[in-house]
Amino acid sequence: MAPFIRLTALTKRFDEVVAVDNLSLDIEKGELFCLLGASGCGKSTLLRMLAGFEQPSAGRIEIDGQNMAGVAPADRPVNIMFQNYALFPHMSVAGNIGYGLRRAGMRGAALGERIDALLKLVRLSGYGGRKPHQLSGGQRQRVALARALARQPKLLLLDEPLAALDKKLREDTQFELVDIQEKLDTTFMVVTHDQEEAMTLAGRIGIMDQGQLVQVDTPRTLYESPKNVFVADFLGMISFVEGRVTKCTKTGLVIDSQPPITAALDQQRGLASQLQAGDKITLAIRPEKINLSATAKGAVNEIPIVVEDLAYLGVASNYRVKTAQGQMFKLQQQQNRRADKPPEWGDAGFIQFDPADVIVLS
Amino acid sequence: MTMMGYKCMQQGGSVLYRLTGATGRRLVAAVPLVWLLVFFLLPLLETLQVSFTTAQRSVPPYAPLWGFDETGFFTNFTLDNYALLAAYWQDYIGPAGNSIKLAFFSTLVCLLFAYPMAWWIARSTAKWRVVLLVMVMLPFWTSSLLRIYALIGLLNPNGFINSLLIWLGLIDAPLRMMQTDFSIYMGMVLTYLPLMILPLYAVMVRLDDDVIEVATDLGASSVAVWWTVILPLTLPGVIAGSLLVFIPAVGEFVIPALLGGPDQLMMGKVLWTEFFRNRDWPVAAAIAMLLLAILTVPIIYARYQDGREDHASDPQAGTP
Repeated sequence: MAPFIRLTALTKRFDEVVAVDNLSLDIEKGELFCLLGASGCGKSTLLRMLAGFEQPSAGRIEIDGQNMAGVAPADRPVNIMFQNYALFPHMSVAGNIGYGLRRAGMRGAALGERIDALLKLVRLSGYGGRKPHQLSGGQRQRVALARALARQPKLLLLDEPLAALDKKLREDTQFELVDIQEKLDTTFMVVTHDQEEAMTLAGRIGIMDQGQLVQVDTPRTLYESPKNVFVADFLGMISFVEGRVTKCTKTGLVIDSQPPITAALDQQRGLASQLQAGDKITLAIRPEKINLSATAKGAVNEIPIVVEDLAYLGVASNYRVKTAQGQMFKLQQQQNRRADKPPEWGDAGFIQFDPADVIVLS
Repeated sequence: MTMMGYKCMQQGGSVLYRLTGATGRRLVAAVPLVWLLVFFLLPLLETLQVSFTTAQRSVPPYAPLWGFDETGFFTNFTLDNYALLAAYWQDYIGPAGNSIKLAFFSTLVCLLFAYPMAWWIARSTAKWRVVLLVMVMLPFWTSSLLRIYALIGLLNPNGFINSLLIWLGLIDAPLRMMQTDFSIYMGMVLTYLPLMILPLYAVMVRLDDDVIEVATDLGASSVAVWWTVILPLTLPGVIAGSLLVFIPAVGEFVIPALLGGPDQLMMGKVLWTEFFRNRDWPVAAAIAMLLLAILTVPIIYARYQDGREDHASDPQAGTP
């Protein structure tokens, strides 16, 4: 069976600029998919092509087996929720939510019932008579969501759905959004530049750069096993070390780097068969995987360092440490005990990390 | 610095801000207010008081409304001018009707031309918008009288248009375009069009593209988008532009006098006659005041009702 949404070799050119470049993607029914990328990476153009506001230069879009070429925005089983919500300021909340239903010819009691059900879904029962300017930011976002869901689209597009909300409200809203998505089993496609938004919302994330999908995976896979330096650097903090493979065994690599590092081989990625002694590689280590201690314990990958920089965050501290060779590492230490006295600026110590936690990028 | 010292500094800062910021703002508001008071309200009050006095051969040609002489306080207050208008209303209703009809249809034609023009300008790129707006306002920088005479030159029996059509062999005898409704409306629309375009442009340029796209996305046809979203959101501009055109158009004197025929008497002409031919300033002032009342009272009332409605629908309950 073909996937619910299938994009095949989709390309969009604006004069000389290629906004979306030969992009293919399958999305399953009921999935909450997230396109993550910096501004200008082409994610908004992709969204507008799905909604029907832009026509692809090449390639095709299929939704539920139906080719979308030449189908007007109004006739697509797709609705969009804009970043600024774009509520109709001259209509009440009920008028906004019922707009798409009225265009479809729904009137009278049926219309009223449907609007009430949608108001209940977004927890705004009794707010039907309000005007948008009388609502808070969070309420407006929920009206926009209800309006976009009113016509029961097969695909709902959400353009930076949480960007206009303040931090506290975002946290509540993102879980609410996931709840609604699960309840309705509608396919959601969120577009955002905010990695935290993407990680908490999405089942799968597609990382986009220069019009192409760099990697499509679950948030966990993207974070723990990034495919390349771009993805590793894009999501969260990370330290990179350049080096050459000196010895390649069944279980691990010994790498000639400054400082020398031993890395366990990622079996899933099948790197062992690809790498040979002398290959140039990049190693990456996540900050929370690195331990910091004042004394040496004689473990593998133990490196003497000096603390260069530290930021106390309460729950943890972020460090930048420097090895004798001048290599910088970023690491994060939890404060598990109130009495913990973490190292300070200029303190000497040792960092250590497990070979299994070293990400090998070719 | 101690916490106390810091707090003091903050307060000092806010006092300073309150002193300079507030007086500065008041000053900015006061300048146009004084201007309006001197050049708008005072002449209006002067006209109002003239409308309650009697005409006499003097300079100025009316009796003072009140004053003091050897017998003490005296007043020439009278409602005679308004009574005269009431008694001879048949003489005035015709010109008033003509003026309102002319203003109404001029406004309508301006609106029909200006709406798509303003839309087109507002949807152009930022660079083109400036150019197009300057082109809209350019005629305003030449004297309106000059423009009327230019129009006469175009429309005359031996004017440019007729000469061209005869030269092309399309007509044998010149068309009669001057001293017709056509020439009056040409003059009116050419003169007042910018006043309609500018407020329409102002609302259209602020119109959010996303709102239009959302309506399309929710299944609205382009007609439905216009009727349910664009028109309601540009209505303030339609109203503002219509008032800006209609109100001066009612009192328009020059255009009907120069471009129109002798058969249609306008309110502006009646006023002119009373002021300059009969030198009956009190009656003329009464006509002007009555016209003002007829035109502005419904507008003020509508605005007032609007404001009350907005207030009534304010939320009372808190947020959940």
